[in-house]
Amino acid sequence: MKIKSKIGLISCSGEGLSEGMISRVATRRILEERDNVVTICLPLFLAGGQEERDFAKDNPCITVDGCEKMCAAKGVKMYGKVHPKSQIIISEIVERGKHLKPKSKSKIEPEDEKLVHETMKIINNEIEKVKEKDE
Amino acid sequence: MSEKKKSKYIIIPCSGIGKAVGTITRRATYIVTDELLPNDTDSICLPLLTIKDEETVRKIRQNPCITVDGCVAQCAKKNVEHHKGRLHGEIKILDVIKENPKLKPGTVLDIGPDGEKLARKAAEKVVKIVGDKS
Repeated sequence: MKIKSKIGLISCSGEGLSEGMISRVATRRILEERDNVVTICLPLFLAGGQEERDFAKDNPCITVDGCEKMCAAKGVKMYGKVHPKSQIIISEIVERGKHLKPKSKSKIEPEDEKLVHETMKIINNEIEKVKEKDE
Repeated sequence: MSEKKKSKYIIIPCSGIGKAVGTITRRATYIVTDELLPNDTDSICLPLLTIKDEETVRKIRQNPCITVDGCVAQCAKKNVEHHKGRLHGEIKILDVIKENPKLKPGTVLDIGPDGEKLARKAAEKVVKIVGDKS
């Protein structure tokens, strides 16, 4: 059976950390590249209505968090009452040692592009896995 | 030093990812916290409030907050109000755009020069609120 829902890609949007910027930019670029992916501004889980709270129930979600506090993953569990299908954490990608921690929390520097691309590659892989499982 | 002087204003952008106005809120916040009033202001990740992080909730209850919202949903303001934070002021980017109709923001990923100007105007409004309340 083919899924009718789109895949929800939820970024932590963290303003306080440079890793949050990577999660946001990678998520946004994926959204602009693919038409089977949707997102929601995370704070809308609390500020919005039932429709926003049901987002995670209605769409299998992949979360992209900047740090180990994992606001996006926790938000999906707290408000959607479901577990994300996949959880990606930027600080863990950085800890693997291939990429430097980004310096700026407000803009992507040229040296951050590799980390953004790596994150996008991981997101795309997870999207394919979620699609396969739900088909 | 008095207790009032110890408090920092917490500037809270809406964390919007869907529209350029969300990016402008973030940029406006960084202009205030990093350039204009680095010693008097700080910021938080709004999603930490959404997931009810105790330390973040305590911070917005102990310090005066100014929210910077991109769209009519006003996520920053509503999240602060929900947690009974000390809301001292609110900026709506849509109002800043109405006041500056010739400035057309770019995209979510690149707000462009006009978006940068709008962010700076929003930042100036935040600075004015801080000045008026101090």
